[in-house]
Amino acid sequence: MSQENIDHAISREYSAGFVSNIESDTLPPGLDEDVIRFISTQKKEPEWLLEWRLEAYRGWQNMAEPGWAHVHYPPIDLNGVSFYSSPKSMKDGPKSLDEVDPDLLAMYEKLGIPLHEQEMLAGVAVDAVFDSVSVATTFRGKLADAGVIFCPISEAVHSHPELVRKYLGTVVPRKDNYYAALNSAVFSDGSFVYIPKGVRCPMELSTYFRINEAKTGQFERTLIIADEGSHVSYLEGCTAPMRDDNQLHAAVVELVALDGAQIKYSTVQNWYPGDAKGRGGIYNFVTKRGVAHRDSKISWTQVETGSAVTWKYPSCILRGDNSVGEFYSVALTNNFQQADTGTKMIHLGKNTRSTIISKGISAGQSSNAYRGLVRMSPKATGARNYTQCDSLLIGDRCAAHTFPYIESRNPSAVVEHEATTSKVSDDQLYLCQQRGLNAEKAVSMIVNGFCKEVFKELPMEFAVEAGKLLEVSLEGSVG
Amino acid sequence: MLIVENLHASVDGTDILKGLSLTVNPGEVHAIMGPNGSGKSTLGHVLAGRPGYTVTAGSATFLGQNLLDLETEERARLGLFLAFQYPVEIPGVSNMEFLKAAVDAQREQRGEKPIDAVTFMKNARENCKAVDLDPAFLKRGVNEGFSGGEKKRNELLQMLLLQPRLGILDETDSGLDIDALQVVARGVNSMRSADRAFVMVTHYQRLLDFIEPDFVHVLAGGRIVRSGDKSLALELEARGYAWLEDEVA
Repeated sequence: MSQENIDHAISREYSAGFVSNIESDTLPPGLDEDVIRFISTQKKEPEWLLEWRLEAYRGWQNMAEPGWAHVHYPPIDLNGVSFYSSPKSMKDGPKSLDEVDPDLLAMYEKLGIPLHEQEMLAGVAVDAVFDSVSVATTFRGKLADAGVIFCPISEAVHSHPELVRKYLGTVVPRKDNYYAALNSAVFSDGSFVYIPKGVRCPMELSTYFRINEAKTGQFERTLIIADEGSHVSYLEGCTAPMRDDNQLHAAVVELVALDGAQIKYSTVQNWYPGDAKGRGGIYNFVTKRGVAHRDSKISWTQVETGSAVTWKYPSCILRGDNSVGEFYSVALTNNFQQADTGTKMIHLGKNTRSTIISKGISAGQSSNAYRGLVRMSPKATGARNYTQCDSLLIGDRCAAHTFPYIESRNPSAVVEHEATTSKVSDDQLYLCQQRGLNAEKAVSMIVNGFCKEVFKELPMEFAVEAGKLLEVSLEGSVG
Repeated sequence: MLIVENLHASVDGTDILKGLSLTVNPGEVHAIMGPNGSGKSTLGHVLAGRPGYTVTAGSATFLGQNLLDLETEERARLGLFLAFQYPVEIPGVSNMEFLKAAVDAQREQRGEKPIDAVTFMKNARENCKAVDLDPAFLKRGVNEGFSGGEKKRNELLQMLLLQPRLGILDETDSGLDIDALQVVARGVNSMRSADRAFVMVTHYQRLLDFIEPDFVHVLAGGRIVRSGDKSLALELEARGYAWLEDEVA
């Protein structure tokens, strides 16, 4: 297939790129302690949390932006970023869905995320985060019956301060890295989940993030605690309007799986990737990490198709004996997108096991890097890791890189790493076309086949969604 | 059905077809034979529209349409099917999914809705039986880890499901044992009908024992240098190609 055909097949328009005309209170750009005090006051936070934020901020001031990732972008001017934006109508906060601004509800409808419970996908509870604020959480009653807490973290600070205080920052410390520290200082909202002992969460939990306002950063913070023997499956989705300038998204996600608990965390990330010439798009600098206690399991599944630059390594600290960590990833880059993504599996406990399946797809002139660390500590007797890292190239102007780091300090630990790089071959496309499929359909089928091992880990509805998203993101890649 | 006139084609700047003419009517089976490098496979790919194969002169019409104006997938949807000599693997895409997409593409062309999954499954299973392929192959990746013979039978399975107007078989018999050859022959023979035609590219007379051709053509130096009936194939078997090449020269 010619480059022209490839280009056409992967160049589809970004469908979530509209701007909603919703009045909002947006803080003037720039960051200092007063901004942090303002955010804290807006949220009527207790003194300890303000101090926590300020401590993070002071630490951050002495930190430098990391430069080791295989991505290139001009320095970010944080003085041009607004650190807080809230829809005006949310001033006093809605008590129920009926009080949510109809314009907001309409926007979520447009994105295919209806917030009216009766129209929702059966069995999925949604928390919607718009710019800096959580605007609606559905199915709270039903969840409460099971003892599950699912609410905006700003609310959990008030309603469950003991849990928030006990776990916040225990997985990703305040000064973990430049962006995590920044997030700790200014985080606006995000989701909080607590699953009580032995409870299997009765439905999928989902958070939907949307950046709407121009020149704002989104700094959400998610904290999920699965108490002993509990199960939860959680999904996050993200979109943003098309804008010519870059926007910063620096989130922190902390997962705590106590003894025997299981957390499945799935992400479908579709932030605005920038246009075909590489203008605009989201800078997605995210720190995600989970701690797995004895006999517990943490599973990360991510489908990353958006953002201009992605910097993200959902990781597992396998602290307890027999704990299990999994990372399933599809990262697709097109046009001028850059992704440096992967995972860290830190084996501390005995007989801990981890699996990494990473599928990177590069098209256009994009760059896609897998970066992974597997560390077997001296005490991780009998630990095992299996890593499979596959790259698929579409066209001849893109790049794929693999940076695996393996540190084994225990002679009984077993680490396996497999890596492949392949191209969507002209012969494969020709076979498909000779059978009557057009180039777009052929490429999307081949790419979906390549990603199959990861898609099967996604909750059913979202696996279909992910397949479609891939198709859209690939548009114009075949020529 | 297919009219090829004075076709010239090149691959990577090398002229391969140099004035080939061929007329195929509905109901006919044509065998194309000839020495290595004579352009037999190129003919199939040029007709199917393989990228990189450039037609430099001549014409080809199929069912009244200018074939050379059509995209590869448009030719396929019109009912032109090429059974590949070396079918390529598509890992992770199940054979089932691939076959259904192909069938649906043809239905779309005819303005029909996609075939329902149950009917399709049933058809696919029956046709698996016809080509002596375990239905488990439907769940495997397209040609993924298939043996040479399994790949060929999978090509035949696709042809049976797509029911093309013109089937071009590019050395489908090469590398097959006698049992597999008979399976292929049975499949093709079952599809022979008054409104369907076949062009079979082959090296060996053996295939023609099982699928009896109406015409045998010898391709040498990019052109058809001799046409005849089945007896021509027997003559070639006995005498080889050298005498023909000498005659042409």
